[in-house]
Parts: sequence; structure tokens; C-alpha cells
Amino acid sequence: MSFTAYIFYFFAFMTIVSAIFILTTRNVLYAAFALLGTFLGVSALYVFAGADFLAMAQIMIYIGGVLILILFGIMLTNRIAEHQYLVSSSRNSFFAVTGGVTLFGVLIIAILKANFTSLLWIQEAQKKASVNSTMEKIGENLMTDFVFPFEVAAVILMAALMGAAFIASQVVKK
Amino acid sequence: MLAFILFLGLLLLYVVIAVYAERKVSAFVQDRIGPTEVGYKGLGQTVADLLKLIQKEDIVPSAADKKLFLIAPIVIFTSIFAGFAVLPLSPDLVGSKVSVGVLYLITIISMDVIGLIMAGWGSNNKFSLYGAVRSVSQILSYEIPLTLSILCVVMISQTLDLQEISFQQGIWANHYESENSITNYLFGIKYFGIDITQAGGILSWNIFRMPLLFFAYIIFFIASLAESNRAPFDIPEAESELVAGYHTEYSGFRWALFMLAEYGMMLLVAFLGVILFLGGWNTPFPNIGEVKLAAWTSGAPGTIAGNLWGAFWLIGKTILVIFLQMMVRWTYPRLRVDQLMYLCWKVLTPAALLLVFLSGIWRLLMV
Repeated sequence: MSFTAYIFYFFAFMTIVSAIFILTTRNVLYAAFALLGTFLGVSALYVFAGADFLAMAQIMIYIGGVLILILFGIMLTNRIAEHQYLVSSSRNSFFAVTGGVTLFGVLIIAILKANFTSLLWIQEAQKKASVNSTMEKIGENLMTDFVFPFEVAAVILMAALMGAAFIASQVVKK
Repeated sequence: MLAFILFLGLLLLYVVIAVYAERKVSAFVQDRIGPTEVGYKGLGQTVADLLKLIQKEDIVPSAADKKLFLIAPIVIFTSIFAGFAVLPLSPDLVGSKVSVGVLYLITIISMDVIGLIMAGWGSNNKFSLYGAVRSVSQILSYEIPLTLSILCVVMISQTLDLQEISFQQGIWANHYESENSITNYLFGIKYFGIDITQAGGILSWNIFRMPLLFFAYIIFFIASLAESNRAPFDIPEAESELVAGYHTEYSGFRWALFMLAEYGMMLLVAFLGVILFLGGWNTPFPNIGEVKLAAWTSGAPGTIAGNLWGAFWLIGKTILVIFLQMMVRWTYPRLRVDQLMYLCWKVLTPAALLLVFLSGIWRLLMV
């Protein structure tokens, strides 16, 4: 195996181990911190897939945004004084395990049966493999073919931002 | 790999010198003498401090969350040091030639926030937790003006690759392996028709290619001070109220890692500011007619002279910026939390947004 392959397996291993840790730990805060490993591992796998912009977006949105929000949520909402904090119980484990295993099985069968090399867009992508960055293509497409969804997303996010500021400012006035 | 070793060595050497310089600069500002005892003019002071620090016991408080407490300094240092991977030290020496360079840098250093929360929560100490919460809210807020000011540069130079941005700001503008050829006009305005591509020097730095970027650099500088938790933005570790903030409980080598990360952050943002705004590894002297100052004070990319001159100019400018950071730290009083948020959201962010808008218009004048 080449050196790159070792790095790939390292990140794949990191992703899976931290994901399993999230499932098994009963401490919510540990689970949130383990998400760091999962997100980082997934973004490294994106790099291996040649999707450099997607990898950066993954770190920026999930680690820089979502994960910090989760951490603050946990730290600010748990009842620390009563020493019940940070422990979650697992319920309905039977259905959860059944559902998870079924989904896993279906996905594995689907992936093994699919013939990826015959897909048209994969073949096209392989032809363009010499392109060293996806940035320019993403930018061009966002401003031409996908400009409408892009603008709609921008307006919705803006509305969400203003709504959040409005709610927060009302609390301050009281 | 060479860049990795060089940057690690540079960082360690820098910390030893910077701590000494910080003490001497603060002494100068406060009309004192500073360290004098160890070695000539106290030069050995930091080394002596470091030797003492390494011998110290690595204390873990019994009530601390042990796992988080032990991992936190490593997470912080790793995420800051990872930022050095895309910095071009000279025309040929860069850790990773990724085309998403700037984006990578600002995302990967935002990971140190996770480490700060780990340290604050894991210490199980009110001072630590307050310090971490303040630090995180400050870093997250100031990322917005910082990113917007970087966006101005990206719009002007049309690339995220830090090496390409460096090449554009000098006489070697067309030596980079990129299909678009570059012509630098005076102040970036094509209408006047004064071609300065061959003049180079300070005239082709980004703050001269688009003069409004000078104001973007001021925003970048202020925001970068807040990002590295330095005075006047040091409420996360305000000694007079929080002991030492999120690293109150740390001692020995782990505390040294915190210091290393903090000074590393200073160095990183100083490097980034120099590369984005102040010409990177390009010489400040322009070619004037037959007096080829720029060609004399820099070498062609690919030659040893080019690399040495590049590293010299980049590190030299960075040291100047760091000196400025230190002077600011010892000159201005600390900002209150409300002043901090006022400055970020009501002054810097609108100004940065305006600059992004103007940069877009300026770009139209450049082509």
C-alpha cells in the first residue's frame, strides 16, 4: 500500500471509531466532542475524493458552526447543580438496532450491486480528472445554472438571521 | 515535508525570541529595563524560563474532567499549526499547493475554538469556563470582519491560492503556473494606462494595487488581534478578573503548549496579513527606470537567491507587524465586553461589507 492509502485508512478509521464512540458513550458532552473526529475524518475523505471545496465547507459549517452550537447548547442547558448532567439514557434500543442494521444492509447491497463505472456522470468526471480544483466550476455554476436556488437560499438565510436577531433582542428588552 | 520542519523550527525559535521581545517592548513602553540578569542584556531569560517550565510537574486537578483536560492543549496547538501548511515562505517553498489555501486557513484555525471549550469545561473551574466562553464568543464574532477583509483581497486577486496571491504582487507576476497573464496598473486603474508590472516593489503590493485595501488591512489587523486573544482584546484571559482564563489550571508542558499556540496564532495572522496585503515575499523597492532596485533585492523564482530573498522579506515584514502588535498590546487599555461587541458588529463589520462592495467595483476598473 502506498503512503496515501495509509492516510486514507487512518481517516476512515478515525471517522468510524469516533462515530461508534458517539453511539456508545452515555456522556452527551463527550459525544459532542467526538463529533469533531467524525466531521474531520469525513472532510479528509472528501479531500481524497478530489472535492477540495466541499471538504473546506464541511469543516467551516459543521465544525466551525454546528458543533460549536451543539457544545454551547449542552453546556448552557444541562442542570449542572443536580449532578444529573451530561448523561443520556438509551431507550427503544431494539427498534433502533433493527432499523440501523436493516438500513446498513440495504445500503451495502445497493452499493455492491451498483455499477458505478457505467454511470454517465462518473465517466464524465473521470475525463476531467486533470482539473486540479473544483472551485472555479462551482463558482461558475452557482452564478449561471444554479443562480435561482443560490439566491433563494441566500434570502432564506437572511430571513433566519433577522428572525434570530429579533427573538434575541426581545429577550434583552425584558 | 521541508516546509513542515522549517515552520516548526521557525515557530519554536520565534516563541523564544518573541517572549523576550515582548518583555523588552513592554519594559520600553512602561519606561523600565526588562530582563537583564540571564546572559547578555537578559537574552537567555526565555531559555531559562523554558527549562524551568519543562521540569515542572504536569498537574491535573482532581475534580477536572481528565480526558478533556489532557486533550485540549493538543487540539488547540494542532489546529493553529495546521494553518501554517498553506503559507508560502518563498517562491518555491510552500507546504501544500492547494488552490483553496485561504479558505483552508480560516477554517482550520477556527477549530481551535473546540479546544478552548474543551480546556474551559475540562478544567472544572469557574475562571476557566468564563475565559473559554468569552474567548469563543470573541473569536467567533471577529471571524466575520476578518473573513470579509480577506474576501476583499480574494476579489481583487481572483484566487484563493496564497502562493498565486504572492506572485501577483511583484515583478515575477507572470512566472506562476497559471493560464491568466497579469498586468498590474498603477493603483489598479487601467484607464490611466501606467503599466507597473515590471516596476514591482511596493507599487504592486495589494494595498497599492487597490488603495482601499489599506483600510481592509486595518480591519484585518484589529480583527486578528482579537482572534489571537491579545490586548486590547484580552478579556478571555484578563489577569485582574479571571486569573488566566481558560488555561488557569494548566502547568508545565501543557501550559507551554497553550503559550506556543497563542504566539503561533500571532505569527500566523501576521504572516497572513503580510501575504494578503503587504506583498508577501516580494521586495518593497520598485524598479525605477535603469535603477533596478526590485531586481537587485530579489531573485528569480526557482533559484536559491530567489528563495533566500523571499524568506528574508517575508519574515522581515512579519517581524515588523508583530512589533506593531506588541506596541498596541502595551499601549491601549482592555476593551469591555460591550465595547468589544460594539466595535465588531457596528463598526468593523459594516465597514468591511462596504469595502467588499467597493473591491468588486475596483476589480472592474482593473481589467
